[in-house]
Amino acid sequence: MIEHPKAEELVEAVAKWIDSVRPNLPPRDAFLARVAVNVLGVVGRELTLGPAAEANAVRRLSALLGQEGDFQALNAQLCEAIRDGEMDVETPGLLAALKANITEQIAIDQPNYSSVRPTT
Amino acid sequence: METWAFTAVAEGVRKDLILRRRPGPFDEETSRSTSLATEAALIRAAEKAGAPVAPLIHLAVPEDGLGEAHITLRISGETLGRKIVSDPKFETVRPHLARQCGQILARIHSISPVGLPLKTADAGEELDRYEAVYRATGAERPILELAFQHLRKSIPKPLPDVLLHADFRNGNLMIDPDKGVAAVLDWELSHLGDPAEDLSWICVNSWRFGRSDKPVGGFGDYQDLLEGYAEAGGGEIPLSRVLYWQTLGSLKWGVMCLMMYESYASGGTVSVERPMIGRRVSETEIDLVHLMEAGL
Repeated sequence: MIEHPKAEELVEAVAKWIDSVRPNLPPRDAFLARVAVNVLGVVGRELTLGPAAEANAVRRLSALLGQEGDFQALNAQLCEAIRDGEMDVETPGLLAALKANITEQIAIDQPNYSSVRPTT
Repeated sequence: METWAFTAVAEGVRKDLILRRRPGPFDEETSRSTSLATEAALIRAAEKAGAPVAPLIHLAVPEDGLGEAHITLRISGETLGRKIVSDPKFETVRPHLARQCGQILARIHSISPVGLPLKTADAGEELDRYEAVYRATGAERPILELAFQHLRKSIPKPLPDVLLHADFRNGNLMIDPDKGVAAVLDWELSHLGDPAEDLSWICVNSWRFGRSDKPVGGFGDYQDLLEGYAEAGGGEIPLSRVLYWQTLGSLKWGVMCLMMYESYASGGTVSVERPMIGRRVSETEIDLVHLMEAGL
């Protein structure tokens, strides 16, 4: 694959350009331009972090379900098991696996999002 | 819905006002939102009950040629959640907001719904409605599946229905740096239901604007909210009930994000904003995992 430039560098260059013209845009377009920069941020992080995140998710789901398969197949199987009541919050390892997967997903989608467990 | 800020000038007096106007047709029977006439009646009733509102000036009549519309006073203050939780301007008032919110909700919940065409929704119905929307998107999200299943198993024993604002959160409150909550805005989702639905929606982490350590709106604590509620006559609501509805609230917001993405994916809306909001589903999923871990 072509590495000079890498896809994430191209995405970053476009984001920087949008940022540079943003101050001159009318308010609505300036807002949407900021959204566009955020979109490119997600794309950039998915390019760099996505493959490892998906591989890790597949490994966790395989261990949980005792099955081999790609992400889509394992994910669908897990959803079905939860819907059918074969798995619930008490299932050993379920919440931990889901938490590990979503933690890697949030690092792509919204790395600055802060979430804490409620203290009751 | 259109919202217009304008200034009326007559006989040397200037008044800052807000016009809310629905440009298209509307059927209150089938909609989840209220008509602007109902909203106007709610604003009047809330004012009478002692809740801070932007007072109603005029409900449009056909001769006005505005269609469905109403005019309220424009109250000054801040509605942007991020500013409210972080701007030094609000530092002195911030510690008082959670208790104020509890007191205001108690007053809203004391309003008699007689004569108002409001719908009713309980936890089971909300779960049914949002699960149907989720299924229709075709998405497969194990955390949302687990939350639906878990919430169905732990529906709290019903309480008598009260009149709810139903969109009471940081973002729909006009905050004044000196007085605190100056007006409760956006009454269109009002319905009858569980008081904890209103107490919890402002605690959903998506409205804490980065201050997840402050469960009430990113500015306060559960205890102040619930004490304020009880002080103002709202009764004792256990925290566990608020956390149940907060979990349902995160789940609802997650499904709404999916739905907004879907309106883009199906070709209904062209926008850069709609698909991006689809990536906010994961924020509700991490919140749901934390809530389920806490053993709801």
